[in-house]
Amino acid sequence: MLNYTLRRLLLAIPTLLLISLVIFFLVDLAPGSPASEIPLTVPAEVRMKILEALGVNEPVHVRYLLWLKQFFWVEPLNGFDAIFGTHYADGMQRIISYQSRAPVFGIIGDRIPQTLIVIGSAYFLGVVIALPIGIYSAYRQYSIFDQLGTMFAMIGFSVPTFFTGTLFIIIFAVGLGWFPTKYDTTLDVTDWESFLKQLRQMAMPVMVLGLANAASISRYMRSSMLENMGQDYVRTARAKGMSERTVVLKHVLRNSLIPVVTVIALGIPSIFGGAIITENLFGVNGIGSALIQAIHGNDLPMVQTLAFIFAILIVTFNLVADLLYGMLDPRIRYD
Amino acid sequence: MTDTNAAIAPPETFRAAVWAQFRKHKGAMFGLVVLTLLVVFVVIGPMLWVPEKLKVVEALKSKNLGPSLKFPMGTDQLGRDQLARMMAAGKVSLAVGFVAMMIAIFLGTFVGVLAGYFKRLDGILMRLTDMFLALPLIPLLLVMVMLFRDKIARVLGPEMGAFILIVFAIGVTSWMHAARIVRGEVLALKEREYVLASRSIGASPRRVILRHILPNVVSPVMVAATLGVAEAIITESVLSFLGLGFPPDFPTWGRLLYEGLEYMQLYPERVIFPGLAISLTVLSVNYIGDGLRDALDPRIRGR
Repeated sequence: MLNYTLRRLLLAIPTLLLISLVIFFLVDLAPGSPASEIPLTVPAEVRMKILEALGVNEPVHVRYLLWLKQFFWVEPLNGFDAIFGTHYADGMQRIISYQSRAPVFGIIGDRIPQTLIVIGSAYFLGVVIALPIGIYSAYRQYSIFDQLGTMFAMIGFSVPTFFTGTLFIIIFAVGLGWFPTKYDTTLDVTDWESFLKQLRQMAMPVMVLGLANAASISRYMRSSMLENMGQDYVRTARAKGMSERTVVLKHVLRNSLIPVVTVIALGIPSIFGGAIITENLFGVNGIGSALIQAIHGNDLPMVQTLAFIFAILIVTFNLVADLLYGMLDPRIRYD
Repeated sequence: MTDTNAAIAPPETFRAAVWAQFRKHKGAMFGLVVLTLLVVFVVIGPMLWVPEKLKVVEALKSKNLGPSLKFPMGTDQLGRDQLARMMAAGKVSLAVGFVAMMIAIFLGTFVGVLAGYFKRLDGILMRLTDMFLALPLIPLLLVMVMLFRDKIARVLGPEMGAFILIVFAIGVTSWMHAARIVRGEVLALKEREYVLASRSIGASPRRVILRHILPNVVSPVMVAATLGVAEAIITESVLSFLGLGFPPDFPTWGRLLYEGLEYMQLYPERVIFPGLAISLTVLSVNYIGDGLRDALDPRIRGR
């Protein structure tokens, strides 16, 4: 297992390097450059100095290596400094956003809590809804409940989140007036009143993303349960006279959860991709909307860094899913 | 013994058997009917529904109307007939879905066959597939559209440019699942006796692949293709929804929805119609894919 983990970790390094190469060079082709933002009245030599300070007139491979160094060395050092109050990273150039001239990681740090709160609770809600639906529809296969569940999942797959989102806004915000249409990022939760307000503004984005996730997870849960229901050990458990409840919720469920757990892990990075739409629609000021703003504003370092972070998430959770599978299922041995 | 033969029904053709199984799937039949209706709406609709050309004054007066007999889906903020726009937009949306799917399937089959058939290429091609699967696709698609939109528009014109760019971008980023499926099939197929026989009489790899392997991977590829259409339509509408899709005078359903967002509170129908059209298309295509999967699976079809 340890051997396998190490091998996978080592394999992840060239993959990530290749991805970073693709992302960096693709984004670097973008037409806008920071040079075009400097007013024409600025004298030529000053302009050169500004560009030099930004490091943008170096050849592209130098900039790529510098960016890699900043991403993997300078920024973690800065994080270390911020936590422990040390000064290791002083004087080192950080990744600077073209738009705000502030360090990219500072902006991401500011925005990630919003994303995690909304997206995290949406994913959690999705799993909590999906598991019981999957379990019960497998237990009563072909019943009305199962067919309704299948239809619910099919609709959940097919209706894009931007449409469910707009429908929710029209019905619940415009029509019924239950929830605000836009998410207020400046709201501080200090007392019960503001907590309720926070819950109300989170309700719609969380529902939209949660339902979309519940659809696919419930299907995996169902098919995994069905696979296990016909196994011999289930018959043995029933023959021993165990209650239906113990058989289903202990014997079958535990074994059926193994593949579902990995599916849940695999889904986490794609959530961040889906969050781009939801955050945009509801005005949640998270990293998804930061990416869109950066793309519209030609903010190359921001786009490169965010896209690479998404890629790291995908690679990491693929690895986590594989390792979890090996740990949970004793039949799978990687060595 | 000849007369007993007459009593046996003629053997079912493959196509008939698949169709018989497909018809049993209620969702798939529903999907087929809905998709046909949508295609008719989009292709034949514009021939039957020709909104009269309005003068400028009339157009100014007919801004932001609700649904009526003259404008069954109302008009938009410029006084354009929504129904005619829905038809035009649907044509583009469906075309994007089909063309992008074809690019993705072509690439996927190509990579899959190469990786499955030639052992030397397998490792590197599968690593490439894995890398593509790990790319953050939506951000990259957005970046690609932003980067190349103006350059391609200058060469091909804004409409054709946007179409080619988006179709190509979606196709290039969604071939990986097809490649994996095809590779798996090819790995199994190439060990079969008839492939061995063909190789032993000196058939070139090209001939073996085209004559013996490709016809046998059609079934799984067809299922992947159907689901690919649905995915491509959704991806396109996501791009349009984020404002990085087609130009406003060459709309898709996603673009109409994006334009309707601004007026959502006053005229919700402008968001609901395009959204419903996208959802219905994707739903019916997914159901058809489900039915096809059952119908093409000999283990299910036998029962």
